[in-house]
Amino acid sequence: MSDERTALAELATQATATLLTELVAHLRRNRTQLREEWVHRITAARLLTAMSREEIFAEATSVYDSYVEALETGTVEALQAYARNLSERIIPRGVETNEVVGIVLLLRDVLARSLFAKYHGDVGLLNRVLDAYEPAANRIAITVAVGFVQQRERVIREQQEAIRLLSTPVLQVRERLLILPMIGLIDPQRARQLTEQLLRGIRANRAKVVVIDVTGVAALDASVANHLVQTVDAARLLGATVIVTGLSPEIAQTLVNIGVDLARMTTVGDLQGGIEEAERLLGYTVVSLKEAPPAA
Amino acid sequence: MQVPILKQGSYLIASIQSALTDADLVQLRESLVEQVGRYRSRGVIVDVTALDVMDSFASRILRDIATMIKLRGAETVIVGIDPDVALAMVRLGLNLEGVATSLDLEEGLAFLEARTKSERRR
Repeated sequence: MSDERTALAELATQATATLLTELVAHLRRNRTQLREEWVHRITAARLLTAMSREEIFAEATSVYDSYVEALETGTVEALQAYARNLSERIIPRGVETNEVVGIVLLLRDVLARSLFAKYHGDVGLLNRVLDAYEPAANRIAITVAVGFVQQRERVIREQQEAIRLLSTPVLQVRERLLILPMIGLIDPQRARQLTEQLLRGIRANRAKVVVIDVTGVAALDASVANHLVQTVDAARLLGATVIVTGLSPEIAQTLVNIGVDLARMTTVGDLQGGIEEAERLLGYTVVSLKEAPPAA
Repeated sequence: MQVPILKQGSYLIASIQSALTDADLVQLRESLVEQVGRYRSRGVIVDVTALDVMDSFASRILRDIATMIKLRGAETVIVGIDPDVALAMVRLGLNLEGVATSLDLEEGLAFLEARTKSERRR
């Protein structure tokens, strides 16, 4: 009984394979016409607007060939690699996920239509052909879409990492004076990282005064503002004074609105003022060479 | 474990070597307040470098010490708080407000030096 079933299944697989071969031959024969039809549909649907018609045509040709090849061999590895490569090229040009999914589905539709046209005389055969075609086509569509999304996520992760590395330098400008310029978007995770880096920097450089410049910060929310207050307190426990500079009118407004207690913080208008204040605390005076009395 | 209190010139240095029980902390407070009068000290340094945990009781005792020493006419400075401990403390709201803090023993001595000198000048 089970033998019979296996044999039947095998027969069915063989039948599918034969149909797929026939299908691939059909798609190869009508390559030029179907490809043009596809490109036409892509432009009509206003997909891939970031690319020129020639570029779309060139990419469409490669995708078409990989697509037919994937149908023929039943393996998606080659197509996967191509999709990854394509994503890498088109992501920087602002191509969206819906566009990529859209064009693959369009190709599926174009090819399905051509199958309808070819087999519409024999509904039974058409059904069998579609049975063979649809799972393979859907698998290809999924592969391309997933490949694109994965590539996009990889790009996003890389950019996040780059921002993370970029954004938190603790700089020594004078003996015992550190500057921490905060730039960009500060989320709780970055705020925590910044604090830890600053505290280690204070210890490593034996800093007495730290100037935190927030000129480059677009917005502060309540949790980040509280974190800033905590940073100031923690730095004080290590014996360092913190001066916060460059609070924009918007941020000042936000801080007042959310009622963060900034009374314990020393704030100075801009970075220059902050450094001058720090130098005063450290007992430095900066004198212009012209005004200075000549050295004895 | 009792905390050794060293006399260095006109300053007292209490160097905490290991985790302390609440009783040890109370005892540290009593001895410091008593000795600051006995030795006519002008400043007290509490070195907490070896502490890797600071709870609310410990920080209250440190604040008490600073206040009581002040009443006895001397200055207190806490030195050697670890960065991670500092972060943990402020998260718990233990700011040691009104207590002077310095990076390490050397800084603490420099701080007391500057503080007592300016007082003497007055």
